[in-house]
Amino acid sequence: MVRRGMAAHQQQHDVQKPAQARISVTSSDSEGKEGLRRQFSSLLKERGWLLAAAFAAMLVLHLAGGGSLLVLVAAILVFLAVAMVVPVRKAELGVAARAAPGSNSGFTAESLAAAVADPLIVFDQRGVVVLANPAALGAFGDVDPGISLPLKFRTPEMQQLIGRALETGERAVSAEYSERVPIERNYLVSCTAIGGTSLFVMVFKDQSESRRIDRMRADFIANASHELRTPLASIAGFIETLRGPAKDDAGAREQFLQIMQNQTSRMARLINDLLSLSRLEMRALRMGGAKVDLRAVIDSVVDSLQPLASDSGVDIENRIGEARMEVAGDRDELYQVFENLIENACKYGRSGGKVVISAASKKIGPAEEISVEVRDFGPGIAEEHIPRVTERFYRIDGNGSLKGTGLGLAIVKHIVTRHRGRLVISSSLGEGSAFTVHLPAE
Amino acid sequence: MTAVLSHHIVSAYDDELKSLTLRIAAMGGHAERMVDLALSALIHADLALARKVIADDAILDEAQREIDTQTISMITRRQPLADDLREIVGAIRISADLERVGDLGKNIAKRAFVVGHSLDRMSAIRGLEALVDLALTQLKDVLDVYASRSVERLVAVRDRDEQIDAIYTSLFRELLTYMMEDPRNITPCTHLLFCAKNIERIGDHATNIAETIYYIVTGEQLPLNRPKEDRSHVVTVEPHSPA
Repeated sequence: MVRRGMAAHQQQHDVQKPAQARISVTSSDSEGKEGLRRQFSSLLKERGWLLAAAFAAMLVLHLAGGGSLLVLVAAILVFLAVAMVVPVRKAELGVAARAAPGSNSGFTAESLAAAVADPLIVFDQRGVVVLANPAALGAFGDVDPGISLPLKFRTPEMQQLIGRALETGERAVSAEYSERVPIERNYLVSCTAIGGTSLFVMVFKDQSESRRIDRMRADFIANASHELRTPLASIAGFIETLRGPAKDDAGAREQFLQIMQNQTSRMARLINDLLSLSRLEMRALRMGGAKVDLRAVIDSVVDSLQPLASDSGVDIENRIGEARMEVAGDRDELYQVFENLIENACKYGRSGGKVVISAASKKIGPAEEISVEVRDFGPGIAEEHIPRVTERFYRIDGNGSLKGTGLGLAIVKHIVTRHRGRLVISSSLGEGSAFTVHLPAE
Repeated sequence: MTAVLSHHIVSAYDDELKSLTLRIAAMGGHAERMVDLALSALIHADLALARKVIADDAILDEAQREIDTQTISMITRRQPLADDLREIVGAIRISADLERVGDLGKNIAKRAFVVGHSLDRMSAIRGLEALVDLALTQLKDVLDVYASRSVERLVAVRDRDEQIDAIYTSLFRELLTYMMEDPRNITPCTHLLFCAKNIERIGDHATNIAETIYYIVTGEQLPLNRPKEDRSHVVTVEPHSPA
C-alpha cells in the first residue's frame, strides 16, 4: 500500500519536476545525451508558436493571393529547414556554454543538493522523499525517493519535527536526531519549507564529533585506568621485591627486570591500541570516499608481516587471485583490519604452521559483496567465546595473556562496521579459526 | 511495481492505511528508544532515566490499543482484501510485538534500581552492551524494511539472530561463573541474567516482525530456516573450575 501511495505521489510530482528526478539516476554519459535531447525539445517547444504563426500567415497569404500550390509547399519546406537548423545550433551552444568553466547558469536542484556536504532530503507535504543527496544516501541508506520519512526516522523527536514542519508550513523547525546502531551518530536536523512549492527540505548537521570526544574521554579514562592497573601493580610488586628480599640475588633481578620490561611494553601497546580505537571513534564516518583495491592492501600487509611470520614459523599463503576487489572506504583503516587479522592468525595460530588468505565475491540482491577470509590452523576458539572475542578487553583465558591488548579485534570490528561490512568468525577447537570480512563492493 | 494510482474509490481508505503505517513507525521509534535508554539506565545506575523509561511504556500500550481499535474498525467498515488485508493484519501483529518489546525494556529499567552500582567494571556489562547493540540493529533494520519494503534485506536478520543467541549463551555462562566466585554477586548477576534474557527476547520479537513484514509485502512466508535456539539450557559451570 505504501508503494502504491508512493507511485501515485511520484506521478503527481513528476508533473512539477520531471526530468531532474530521473537524471540523477542516469550515468554521466547518458546524462549528457539526455540533457541535449531535453534542451533541443524544449527549444523546439519554445519555437512552436513561431512556427505555427508562420504557417498560418503563409496559408492566409496563399488563400488570399491564390498563388501556386507548388510555391507554397516550397516555401514551407525552406522555412521548416531553417527553423530546425536554428534551434539545433542554439542547443549546441547552450550545452557548450554550460560546460565552459565559470558559467553559472543551468544548475539543477539535484546538482545543488549533491554539492552540499551535509545530508539533505527534500520531501513533500505527505512526508514522502522527493530527493535525497548522496550524503544522505551515504549516511542513512534507504532514503530513496518514494520512502515515507516518518517511517524511516522513527525517533519521537523526528516524528514531532516532521509533523510540525508539515503543519506550520513556512517556519523553520529543528530537532536532534541520534542513532545508536550500527554506529553512534548525532545530528541537529532543521526542516524548512521551500518557497514557491509545496516541498520541504531537511538538512542534517553532524554533531557526532563533540559527543564522541566527550564519550571518548570518559571511555578512555575508564578503560585505561582499569587495564593499566594490573601491569602497574605487578611492576610495583617486583620493584618492592627487588629492593627488599631479592636485593642481592643477581639471577632473580635479571628475571624480574625481564618481566618488568615485558609489562611496560605491553602497557605501551595498550595505550597505542586505545588511542587508535579512540581516534577511529572520533573520526566522522566518511563513506563513499575513495576506492580502495583490497588486493593491493592485502599484498602490502602480507609483505610487511613476512618477518613476523617467519619468526613464528608460519607460512602465509596468499590465495587471492588477480581479480580486482574494489571497495569504497579508507585505505589506512582497511590496512589495519587485515594487519590485525593476519597478525593474530600468525600469533595465535602459530602451531598450525600456515595462514591462508582467500577471497570471494557474491551477489546479494542487487548489490555485490566481497569477502576476504583469513584462516589459521591453530588451536581454535571455543564456541562460547566466539561471539564475544570482538568485545573490548575480552580475553579467552580470563586473566590477560601477554600476547595481545584485547583491542585488536574490537578495532577490526569497528572499522568493518563503519564500512557497512560484517566480520564473521568461525572456529572449531583443534582445527583452527577463520575470520571473514564481508564488504560491499564498489 | 505496478504503478497503481490511488486505486480505492474512497481516498480516505488510503489515508487510513497510511496513518496505520505511520502509527506503527512511531511505535517502533518509541520501542527502539526505550530499549536503548533502559540499558543505559542499568549500566550507569541512572534511576531518573529508569523512571522515565518505565513511564514511557504507557505510550506504547496506548498506541497498541489505538491500533487495535483502528484496525478493527477498518476491517468492519472496509472489508479489506488481499494486500490491504495483509497490511492491516500485519499492523496488528507488529504492534503486539512492539508492545512486548516495550514491556521488556521496562523490565530492564526496573532492574536498574536493584542492580545499582554493584557491578562496576564487570565484563558482563560489555557483553550486555554487545547484546543490546545486536538486538537494536535487528529492530532498526527490520523497521527500516517496513519503510522501504525492500524485503531482500531481511535475509541478514537470520544471521544476527544466531549471533544474539550465541552471545546470550556465553553471557549466561559468564554470569554463572561470577556467582560461583562470590556469593555477593548472586543478586546483581541474577538480575543481569534476566536482562540478558529480555534482550534476547527483543531480538526474537524483531525476527517476528521481519516475518510479518515479509508476509505483508509478498503474501508468502519468509523462507528462512528459523535459527537454532539458544543453548543456555545445556550450560553448566562446575564449581571451582578455573574461570
